[in-house]
Amino acid sequence: MSDNVVLKMRNIHKRFPGVYALQGVDFTLRKGEIHALMGENGAGKSTLIKVLTGVYTKDEGEISIDDQVVAIHSPQQAQNAGISTVYQEITLCPNLSVAENMYIGRTEGVYQNWKKVNADADKILQSLDIPAKATQQLSSCSIAVQQMVAIARAVDMDCKVLILDEPTSSLDEQEVAKLFKLMRDLKQRGVGIIFVTHFLDQVYEVCDRITVMRDGQLVGEYIIEELPRVQLVSKMLGKELDDMSDIHGEYQTYEAEAGEAPVFEASGLASDSGIKPFDFHINKGEVNGFTGLLGSGRSECVRAIFGADRVTHGNVKMNGKEVKISKPIDAMRNGIAYLPEDRKVDGIVGDLSVRDNLILAAQVLKGFLKPFSKAEANKFADEYIKLLSIKTASADTPIKSLSGGNQQKVIVARWLLTHPEYLILDEPTRGIDVGTKVDIQKLVLKLASEGMSVTFISSELDEMLRTCSRLIVMRDLNVVGELTGQDMNQSKVMSTIAGGEKKNAE
Amino acid sequence: MQNNKSSAVSVFLGKLVRQQFFIPLTALFLLALFNLIVDPSFFKITINTNSAGNPVLSGALITILDNGSEFAILAIGMTLVTAASKGQDISVGAATAIAGSILLRMLCGTNSRPETIQMPIIAAFLISCVVAMLFGAFNGVLVAYFKIQPMVATLILYTAGRSIAAWFNNNELPIVTDAVFSYIGGFIPGIPIPTPFFIAVACIIIITLVLKFTNLRLYTQSVGINESSARLNGLNPAAIKILSFVIMGLCVAVVGLIKVSRLSTINYSVIAKDIEMDAILAVALGGNSLSGGKFNMAASIMGAYIIQFLTTTLYRRQVPSDALPAYKAVVVIILVVMSAPVVREYFASLMKKLKKEVA
Repeated sequence: MSDNVVLKMRNIHKRFPGVYALQGVDFTLRKGEIHALMGENGAGKSTLIKVLTGVYTKDEGEISIDDQVVAIHSPQQAQNAGISTVYQEITLCPNLSVAENMYIGRTEGVYQNWKKVNADADKILQSLDIPAKATQQLSSCSIAVQQMVAIARAVDMDCKVLILDEPTSSLDEQEVAKLFKLMRDLKQRGVGIIFVTHFLDQVYEVCDRITVMRDGQLVGEYIIEELPRVQLVSKMLGKELDDMSDIHGEYQTYEAEAGEAPVFEASGLASDSGIKPFDFHINKGEVNGFTGLLGSGRSECVRAIFGADRVTHGNVKMNGKEVKISKPIDAMRNGIAYLPEDRKVDGIVGDLSVRDNLILAAQVLKGFLKPFSKAEANKFADEYIKLLSIKTASADTPIKSLSGGNQQKVIVARWLLTHPEYLILDEPTRGIDVGTKVDIQKLVLKLASEGMSVTFISSELDEMLRTCSRLIVMRDLNVVGELTGQDMNQSKVMSTIAGGEKKNAE
Repeated sequence: MQNNKSSAVSVFLGKLVRQQFFIPLTALFLLALFNLIVDPSFFKITINTNSAGNPVLSGALITILDNGSEFAILAIGMTLVTAASKGQDISVGAATAIAGSILLRMLCGTNSRPETIQMPIIAAFLISCVVAMLFGAFNGVLVAYFKIQPMVATLILYTAGRSIAAWFNNNELPIVTDAVFSYIGGFIPGIPIPTPFFIAVACIIIITLVLKFTNLRLYTQSVGINESSARLNGLNPAAIKILSFVIMGLCVAVVGLIKVSRLSTINYSVIAKDIEMDAILAVALGGNSLSGGKFNMAASIMGAYIIQFLTTTLYRRQVPSDALPAYKAVVVIILVVMSAPVVREYFASLMKKLKKEVA
C-alpha cells in the first residue's frame, strides 16, 4: 500500500493574522487515484492546495513525494517536484497557439524549433484524445478544450500529482463528460489527481477517495463506497446525524391572512448565471431560505429575483400584479432589497463614508435631482448606527476601515432605510462574530413579525432552521425540494441536499 | 513636556500630509518661494492700455489667471471623467479644435471672411456645445458599453479630431471680425481683468451648484469606487460614465469658445495642443487619484492654476517653449512618484518611526 503513495502531507499548519487556516492537516494521495478534497467555504481546502503548490509557505509540517521529503517555497519548486495545478479560471494565454501555451515557460535557450514543438504537442494532444490542433489559436477552442489543454500542459511536465481546482464549474454536461474521460485516462497512467469541486454528483462519478475538511481541520479520509452522500454532507457541515434536535419553533412567526396574494411570486425564473428555471413565492411576514451546498445555485436564485444577473426567462408578480424586473433598480422600485453575498465586491463602496454607504440605495431610489440634505443624511446615519449598534468612529469614517461585521450592519441598514416589502439577505452572517450573528437573526425575526417578507441564506444550517419557516433546497443549480414544518430538521435537509436515498446506493 | 509638544507636532504633520490639499499647496508654496527669491518682479501687476485702448491689468499673475482658467474649466470635466471611468480623456485638445471649428463655421457661414457674423454668438456657441457633447458621448459609449480603456477609446478622437475640425470648414481658416466676439478671450471694455477668468468662475459656480443640488458626486464616486456595488444599488454605471464624458464635452466647448475668441480664427493643428495633458496634470496635482473613485473638485481647479503658475514661471526663466514639456515632465514624475502607494507607505512608516523616536 505504501509503495503506492505518491504524495504525503503530514501535520500541516498554516496561520494567517487572525485565522488558524490549517490545524495539523494530513493528506495522502496514491498513484492512479482520483481523490476528492471536500469542504465548505473556509474549510481550508484552498489553503491546503496553495501550500502544496507553493503559493503559501507552510508554518509547520512535512510534504513528501515518493517518500522523499520536499521543500516547496514557490510554484516553480512545486512544478519541479512534479505537482501541477489547473485552476478554475483558465490561466493560459488565449491569443497564443495551443502548442505555445503548452510549452510556454519551459523552453531552453533562445532558439526554439517550433516545428518540433508543434509535432510534440500534437502527439500529446492525440494521445490524450483532446480535440485540438497544436497550431490552433487557444481562444478558438471551447472552454472545456482549453481546460484540457491546461491539463495536457500539466501532464507533459511529467507531473506525478495533478490538482484540478474546480475545473468543471464553467463546463456543460457534455464537456464535463469529456473531462472525466481524460481524468480516467490519466488515472490509468498512474497520475494521482486531486479533484476539488462543489458538485456532489461529480465526486461520486469519478472519484475513488474523499478527504473531508472542516474549519481548517481534517475530518477524515474515506473510500468512496464507504461514505454515502448523507454522511458526506453531514461531515462537511459538521453535524452528526444523531445529534439533530429540532430547534425550530423557538420563535413565533407572522401568520399571513388567508387568500392574500404572495408578496413576491416567480414562475420559471432563470438567469444567465446558469440557474435552471425555478418557481418561487414568499408571503407577507414569511421568512424562507434557499439552502444547499456552496455553488448549488442559492445565490444565483436570489440574484435572479433582484435582477442582479440578466434574467432570461420567467414571470414575476408582486402582490398579485405582474411586474417586470430586469435590473436592480426595477426590483428596488418594487420594494425588494438585496444584501449581496460578497460584501467586499458587491456590497460596500469602500472609500466612501459610512453615511454615504448607508444612504446610497435610498438616495438612488429618491432620484438624481433630490439629494438628501446633510441634516437628513446625518439623521439617518445616527439613527441606524444606534439602532444596529454599528461600531464606527463617526459617520464620516470610510466604511472600509470598519470590521466585517460592522460593514455588514451598514449594508443591512442601507436596505432597511429603503423600507422594503421584501428583503433578501444572502449570507448576512458570513465572516462576522457570533454576537453580531445573533443580532442579525433576531433582527430578521423582528422584521418578519412586523410584516416584512425575508429570504435568508446562510451556509450554517442551524441558523437557517432557527430563522426560516420554509426551506427551498438546491443542488447543482436546480431546486430539488422544499421543506416546511415537521420536515425542517437537519437530517431531512441533508438527505434532500444529498439527493435522496436512491442515489446513495450508487 | 518637550516630548508631548514634539509628538503633537508630528501628529499634526502626519495629518497635514494626509490632507488632499497638501500636494497642491506645497507645490504652490514652492513655486511662489522660488519666484520670490529669483525674480520678485514676478508678482508685480501694472496697468497697461491694450490695443483696443482699454486700461487692463498685466503681469505674470494676470497671465496665470487668464490662461489657467482654460485648464480650470477642463479640469472640471477631467475630474469627473477620471472619477467615474478610472481613466482619462486624451482627446480634449482635438475636441477643442472641433468645437472651435464648429463655432467659426456657424459665425461665418459659408463665407470664410464675412463682414458681419451670420448668427448670434450665443446661438453659435450652443450649437458647438451640442456637437462637443455628442463627441463626448461617443467617447463615453466606447468606454461604458464597449469597455475600452478611456485612454485608448479617446485615442480615436485624439487622432482624428483635428482632421474632423478642419473638414468642418473645408480646411479654410475663417476670421471673425466682430469686436464683441474678441471680448470673450480678451477683456470687456472697462473691466481690467481678463474675461476667461470670469468664465471659469461661472463654470466653477455652476459645478458647485450641480454638486450641491444633485447626486452627481455620490453617483460618480460610487461607480468609480465599486461599479458592481453601484449597480446593485440601482445605479446605471454606463449612463454615469457617459454623463461624465458629456460634461467633459461641455467644458471643451467653453474652452473652444475662449481659444477661438483669443485669435479670432483657428489653427487646426496647433489650437489647444497638448491641453489634455495639462488638464490631467491638474487633476493629479490636486491630489486626486488617477485611478478613479473619490475626487475633490476644488483641489483639481487649484491644480489647474498651479500648472499655469509653473508654465508661466518657466517662460519667465527663458525656458524655450520647445523645452517646456521636458520641465513639466519632471514635475509629473515627482507627483506620480509621490502619490504612488509604495512611496506613501514608506512615508507613513517613516512618520511612525519618527513618532516612536520622539516618544
